[in-house]
Amino acid sequence: MDVAIVGIGIHPFGRTPARSGLQQGAFAARDALKDAGVEWRDMQFAFGGSASSGNADALGNELGLTGIPFINVANGCATGGSSLISAYNAIKSGEHDIGLVAGFDKHDRGAFDADPASLGIGRWYGEVGMMMTTQFFAMKIQKYMDDYGISKDTLAKVSEKAFINGSLNPNAWRRQPIEVEEIANSMMINDPLTKYMFCSPAEGGVALILCRGDKARQYVDKPIYLKSAVLKSRRYGSFEVFAPSQALEQVDGPTVDAAKAAFEMAGVGPGDMDVLQLQDTESGAEVMHMAENGFCEHGEQEHLIQSKATYIDGSMPINTDGGCLANGEPIGASGLRQVYENVLQLRGDAGEHQVPGDPKLGYTHVYGAPGISAVTILQR
Amino acid sequence: MKNQVPIAEGLFSWPSPNPALLGSRCKNCGIAAFPAAESCMACSGQDVEIEELPRKGTLWTWTVQQFMPKPPYHSNETPQTFKPYGVGYLELPGGVRVEGRLTESDPEKLRIGMEMDVIFDTYRTEENGDEVISFFFKPTQA
Ligand SMILES: [Zn+2]
Repeated sequence: MDVAIVGIGIHPFGRTPARSGLQQGAFAARDALKDAGVEWRDMQFAFGGSASSGNADALGNELGLTGIPFINVANGCATGGSSLISAYNAIKSGEHDIGLVAGFDKHDRGAFDADPASLGIGRWYGEVGMMMTTQFFAMKIQKYMDDYGISKDTLAKVSEKAFINGSLNPNAWRRQPIEVEEIANSMMINDPLTKYMFCSPAEGGVALILCRGDKARQYVDKPIYLKSAVLKSRRYGSFEVFAPSQALEQVDGPTVDAAKAAFEMAGVGPGDMDVLQLQDTESGAEVMHMAENGFCEHGEQEHLIQSKATYIDGSMPINTDGGCLANGEPIGASGLRQVYENVLQLRGDAGEHQVPGDPKLGYTHVYGAPGISAVTILQR
Repeated sequence: MKNQVPIAEGLFSWPSPNPALLGSRCKNCGIAAFPAAESCMACSGQDVEIEELPRKGTLWTWTVQQFMPKPPYHSNETPQTFKPYGVGYLELPGGVRVEGRLTESDPEKLRIGMEMDVIFDTYRTEENGDEVISFFFKPTQA
């Protein structure tokens, strides 16, 4: 059974003081229902998640109480991806014909608080100041730069591109390009990463309507098919966030594992992809995720990024909506934003940030604590 | 002499004339873990024994924390007195790579592969006067 996406909806990312996270989720859900030309009462099931704006199934209070199974999903940065995979399987199994996936959030300013106990780590780890996702990303790219010759200038150029793409996307939070020098010289957060190389906690909502592939054309002229949706967790030996220690022998991380499984499931390869959304919680993550997902060899990013191959009109367009860097990260909505963007791109509806050449295949990837990755492949 | 208490029980041998980090080693597959765990993350085995980890290693990667974290961060600092601190993974030969605070916070003086010693020192002082001891990685003096 093929699974299609027949409706997409978004609440603009950034700061919306007048609306709660839940209201932003409801806004996105109504937008998605309208896009598919269906009603909330037509939905047979829903999956949703939010990290700090309450239970997603409270959307029923906003949209109407219809008695459907609405399952709350909580899986860190991969919450959206996990909801999507759950919905995908609910349709693929034949259990349901059509349903909704939603993710929304509204976070305070500043770095995310993390509680060591919730991850099975002693309180001392937080007391001495190591319970920080930003440190992990900094240490991972520091090692990567040393191993593969990635320059600090390349890190700044990833952010420069993100803000250019954000300036072209009306739903993005940061819509002003920033000069590469300003990025490089902004406040150091965790060496080698500066303030403008990190994404910030933010707000937003995204919803998608999924249905059986053979019924998709009842709803839309241009259904987009979900060819694969894969979630993997870490194996022993991968270098992950919030790890008081790690193995001497390293193995591939969950991103590598999820990418391989997704390509196999879809029967395509990295070279077939026309548009990529790769987790860019900071600029170094985008660099490393290019290779971990199989789009280049380790170290080739230096040339690819410096030559603007990752720009919207380049040979490997990445984070065409500005990514996490320009959109901020509402945890529950972030992974679904990538899917929203790829559906826009494959429909040819991305406007100023449209990838040229009639893209046919799109790829999304998220990574989250304590070592999980979710990948999707979409096809027109 | 002031009362010295470890920041967490079982993290390192304390009090001891020659303290060391304490890890667990799996009797089935030989893999070590820090902090000591009751089961093995590599093979799921539950037959583990506690051992002292090496007191010297090489810096595998590092960063510097330039802003003061929110709680659960708990030092004696205020936003006014906060000083950036280094964090890194020290590769302990035959053991594991352990994450810890570095005594050095100048990026110019840190490089991957440098040798460091595991040391134990006061991290903060409690209101009752107790000194809370934690572990740090300090560049080996040439
Ligand atoms: Zn074992």
